[in-house]
Amino acid sequence: MRATVLVWTLAAAGAAPVYAAQPAGVVKIVKGSVAVERAQEKHAAVPGLGVQAGDRVVTGRDGQVGITLRDNTLLSAGPNSTVVLDEFEFDSTTHAGVVDASVRRGTLSVVSGKIARQSPETVRFRTPNAMLGVRGTSFVIEVGAEAP
Amino acid sequence: MHPAIPILLMGALVALLEEPQPLPETARERVVLLPDADGRTGEVKVTAAGGAVTLAKAYAGADVFASGKVQARDDTLASIQQRFGPALEARPPQPVSFTLYFVFDQDELTPESLAQFDRIKRELAARPAPEIVVIGHTDRVGAVAYNDALALKRAETVRTALVAAGIDAALIEIAGRGEREPAIATGDEVDEPRNRRVEIVVR
Repeated sequence: MRATVLVWTLAAAGAAPVYAAQPAGVVKIVKGSVAVERAQEKHAAVPGLGVQAGDRVVTGRDGQVGITLRDNTLLSAGPNSTVVLDEFEFDSTTHAGVVDASVRRGTLSVVSGKIARQSPETVRFRTPNAMLGVRGTSFVIEVGAEAP
Repeated sequence: MHPAIPILLMGALVALLEEPQPLPETARERVVLLPDADGRTGEVKVTAAGGAVTLAKAYAGADVFASGKVQARDDTLASIQQRFGPALEARPPQPVSFTLYFVFDQDELTPESLAQFDRIKRELAARPAPEIVVIGHTDRVGAVAYNDALALKRAETVRTALVAAGIDAALIEIAGRGEREPAIATGDEVDEPRNRRVEIVVR
């Protein structure tokens, strides 16, 4: 199941992004070249940019990016990384939700959030060869350059 | 017999006994558990086609091979910093939480709570692309649905107060947790002032 695609606009350069609905998360830290790819669109990541379920975050050779999801999950990637937020849902009343993200290549640091405390069985991180079940914690994932 | 023949025969025998060594398979992927900010660790279970490894202590790691094999390994802080330094450096600041208390069933802030607003403003100024989540909580007096509505009303009141104090309304999201997350565990229908509160998370 995919979260509904949210309509969003990025206001003029320098201004804060304006959301028509709540994104899954917000880009907090950007260093070097980082892109957020969504369907046919590609946006240079800037602090404040909303990240949605389905988005692919790609860092360049000098790129680093930090994203905070709505349930307080902290994701951050190092250079030459591709991370896809496959699915994200969060109910701020019950803390029920889903986090499903995959690391295609590169490095990702994760500090799990409220969903992992409430319902760890719905938090999944994937690599090309493995699946990670997470019970309230922080960890790092590395996917070698030779992996698809 | 020529003196060299036994040596040649032995060499042939050794060659027959030795299996051809395959090249060592290199790990494609690595997962390492880190200690939380409070020093504790949770758990990560790494599952691939050829098995699973559960990581349950700080710096416990698992290597995953293209064959689907998963192998436990012990990592070190130094190795983590070398391989994951840039990813860890980009970690967003940990959200911080402020708690405001209410008079029972009245949407009145205490003077102490108002003083917290200045600290919240300082946090906002210090963070990249900051957001605020105002979360209302209740005690367990009353039904769940009633408390959900009350919690949301409390959060709404605090949002109004934050905006009045000069904080950009566009940064603020509200939520009502009702009686689901008491600060102090009680039985149902227990009047507990410490559970009637609003949490303000800055992230």
